[in-house]
Amino acid sequence: MAATLLLGGCNWGVLDPQGPIGQDELSLIVQSTQLMLIIVAPVIVLVGVFAWKYRASNTRAKYMPDWERSTAVAAVMVLAPVVIVSVLAVMTWQTSHRLDPFKPIESAAKPVAIDVVALDWKWLFIYPQERVATVNEIAFPTDVPVNFRITSASVMNSFFIPQLGSQIYAMGGMQTKLSLMASRAGSYPGFSANYSGAGFSDMKFQAIASHQPSYERWIAKVKAAPQALNDGVYVALAKPSEKHPVEYFSSVAPDLFDQILHDTKRAPATAAMLGDVCVANKE
Amino acid sequence: MLGKLTLDALPLDQPVIMGAFGFMGLIALSVVAMLTYLGRWKWLWTEWLTSVDHKKIGMMYIILALVMLLRGFSDAIMMRMQLALAHGGAAGYLPPEHYDQIFSAHGAIMIFFMAMPFVIGLINIVVPLQIGARDVAFPFLNSLSFWLTVAGFGLINVSLGIGEFARTGWLAYPPLSELDYSPGVGVDYYIWSLQISGVGTTLSGVNFIATILRNRAPGMTLMRMPVFTWTALCSSILIAAAFPILTVSLALLSLDRYLGMHFFTNDLGGNPMMYVNLIWVWGHPEVYILVLPAFGIFSEVVATFSGKRLFGYTPMVIATMAIAVLSFLVWLHHFFTMGAGGDVNGFFGVATMIIAIPTGVKVFNWLFTMYRGRVRFPVPMLWAIGFMITFVIGGMTGVLLAVPPADFVLHNSLFLVAHFHNTIIGGVVFGLLAGFNYWFPKALGFRLNETLGRCAFWCWLVGFYLAFVPLYIVGLMGMTRRLNHYDNPDWHPFMIVAAVGAVVILCGIVFQLVQLVVSIVQREKTRDLTGDPWNGRTLEWAIPSPPPAYNFTEIPIVTGRDAFWEMKRAGVARQIVRFQRIHMPRNTSAGLVIGGFSLVLGFALVWHIWWMAAAGAVGILASVIAYSFKLNKEYFLSALDVERSEKLLSPVAG
Repeated sequence: MAATLLLGGCNWGVLDPQGPIGQDELSLIVQSTQLMLIIVAPVIVLVGVFAWKYRASNTRAKYMPDWERSTAVAAVMVLAPVVIVSVLAVMTWQTSHRLDPFKPIESAAKPVAIDVVALDWKWLFIYPQERVATVNEIAFPTDVPVNFRITSASVMNSFFIPQLGSQIYAMGGMQTKLSLMASRAGSYPGFSANYSGAGFSDMKFQAIASHQPSYERWIAKVKAAPQALNDGVYVALAKPSEKHPVEYFSSVAPDLFDQILHDTKRAPATAAMLGDVCVANKE
Repeated sequence: MLGKLTLDALPLDQPVIMGAFGFMGLIALSVVAMLTYLGRWKWLWTEWLTSVDHKKIGMMYIILALVMLLRGFSDAIMMRMQLALAHGGAAGYLPPEHYDQIFSAHGAIMIFFMAMPFVIGLINIVVPLQIGARDVAFPFLNSLSFWLTVAGFGLINVSLGIGEFARTGWLAYPPLSELDYSPGVGVDYYIWSLQISGVGTTLSGVNFIATILRNRAPGMTLMRMPVFTWTALCSSILIAAAFPILTVSLALLSLDRYLGMHFFTNDLGGNPMMYVNLIWVWGHPEVYILVLPAFGIFSEVVATFSGKRLFGYTPMVIATMAIAVLSFLVWLHHFFTMGAGGDVNGFFGVATMIIAIPTGVKVFNWLFTMYRGRVRFPVPMLWAIGFMITFVIGGMTGVLLAVPPADFVLHNSLFLVAHFHNTIIGGVVFGLLAGFNYWFPKALGFRLNETLGRCAFWCWLVGFYLAFVPLYIVGLMGMTRRLNHYDNPDWHPFMIVAAVGAVVILCGIVFQLVQLVVSIVQREKTRDLTGDPWNGRTLEWAIPSPPPAYNFTEIPIVTGRDAFWEMKRAGVARQIVRFQRIHMPRNTSAGLVIGGFSLVLGFALVWHIWWMAAAGAVGILASVIAYSFKLNKEYFLSALDVERSEKLLSPVAG
């Protein structure tokens, strides 16, 4: 069934990874599952077999009402899980380090930096190198690592593009990092994977991976946008809004991310102003 | 005068909510009317509400749990219907402000007001009987625990009709649950209903630790205790250790909300991650608080219906203790995606999968208990078989989620939702329903209808797989939890199958209720006159069903494991040598009164009605003081009375 559905052109998300991180994580899921099935499948079969064979009506089966220990069985029931869990533990330890979301992907290509700010209920993306910003859409070249710095100017969210791999939380006053890479061109859905309030279901964005020239065209398009992201525009943007459309900003202060990080933590001054705006927009 | 409470608090514009609240009110009203018509108020008061008898308190806990199962399940099926409808631009029938309350209430209700009371109810009924005790260590405290749980139950149900419930998810992560983002009373209802019932739960934990350690019959050493009692002990220790953490976390959150402090805010030095850590330091042991007693139930059921000793008693006990200890070392696996780094994530990942070893040992123990047995398949055993098959799948997906990089793509997805329902339904609920069918004849003196019980089992089992296998798949497809609507057309067929699954589970619940009603109506047909309907192995089956208030006319002397089985073998079961007077606790309304004042206090705090809060607090304090000055809390049942009641209760005995 899986095969036919795949042919039908479905979006299989995590099962259809488009970058090295996602591919590694999927193969880890498959390997771990296979490993565990070595023990889980026989147990399921044995439950059926024993229940049938030793049913009360089968009086020919052996009955040993006082049999309560067996060194052989005990050895198997402890050792089998120990072996499987040991192998899994080694895999876990290694992959926890190798696939640590904070770890930049090693590559000869110069990585693209994108700063991500979760707002109620949309995603603000800042390209500090290009000095542009967007809402609910990002683009980057294929086979180039993308290094995200992530925070939230509001509640907790989780930044996730299933087909590229790992997610990481976006938290106010704190900075998390994530490094992803796309190996194939395409537009991949991204969203918040941590419930954040009324507009959460529509807190989505597109991640467009393309070849270098079309990425450059996309940047040029953003740079040509009529609007710049200055303080006043940001304050308006930070107000809660649902189903926010894609927006492009031709310029942005390159340190806006750090400023938001700082203000969210500190409250008075600018943040107090933002706070008032937020309160005013609550029902 | 009434704080924040105004007429606007009534959701008059929300027909679904008003309908549900009205329906609940109607049911409550008809119960009141029926009691009045039958003139049973006095009976209800003296026999039940003021009772300190652990069996009656246990039954009241289970009634509470069944009522909340209906409410929690209504939430569940509403969510499934919403997601079957709300795709590709359609908004469905539940707007986010209502839907978000529903999933928050579903989680909070199912854990705190369905699973917990059900577990504590069964522990209450069974543990004192299994250890040959006349009652729990602190009978009044037991009644107080129950009434505090009822107060929390009352508060969470009031929130349906007056005001709103939290829209924060069942653990109310800040900063979303802080005043800035949740200015309404929903989070306050959440906090106070959990705080009040949480105190009750903590006291229950203390009570059962004391009961199990101090009230065992002579000869019942720790290593002769039935496995259910062992799991109840571990669970109680976990309650006593973990619930105070919940209480403190929620207290700090309420300080933020009520006094403008900054424990968990983004700003002014607050740290929301601290709350997430604290809540899971409670939250992870909590799942073992629920599932360990379920494991205990299966151990009793499988041994009884295999007509055989439990295979590997000692490893089973060690495994239970190991799980209890390990459960405190794994909380961080709930947030691998917060960026803790490879060392920390790796440690908690490995610690989590180590739990699979003692759990695996348990599964093998149940499996080899059937081996070379004579397995019968009445309803409790069906649940046990269904559990063994279902639970290992849930365990496997759990270990998978414990691998941090796998969790990076599965965290918060419907795969996770499917996983924990797989363990909580396949483990806890199946266990509770097995225990319900197994001990029902002990508590009430007649068996439950077998046929309807089988129908309920098959609907639950099939419904479970129909409802949650699709969730596993869409989770892998990248569908996250708590979505109100979605665009991806590929998810839609799975959501429809899941909704059908929920309807099949509904049939299971309906069969369960019909089973209860039919069994009560036809109770003469299935009456248990022997006290031992299943050919049981442990002491609870050594006494009449239902047991007298004092349980054991003569405290049994235990000479080995499976005490009653040994007695039956030796032909010494139920031989009463002489009747003695028995020391009994007197009924008291103090627990109910304190619970009532707690409800008043909680409601007043939710709505900032300070005079009423003061009245509630003073009421609680005054009742505690008044009760502590009361003399005559106990009395003696004379030997003659004991003899008379014994003859009345068990016509076949003696």
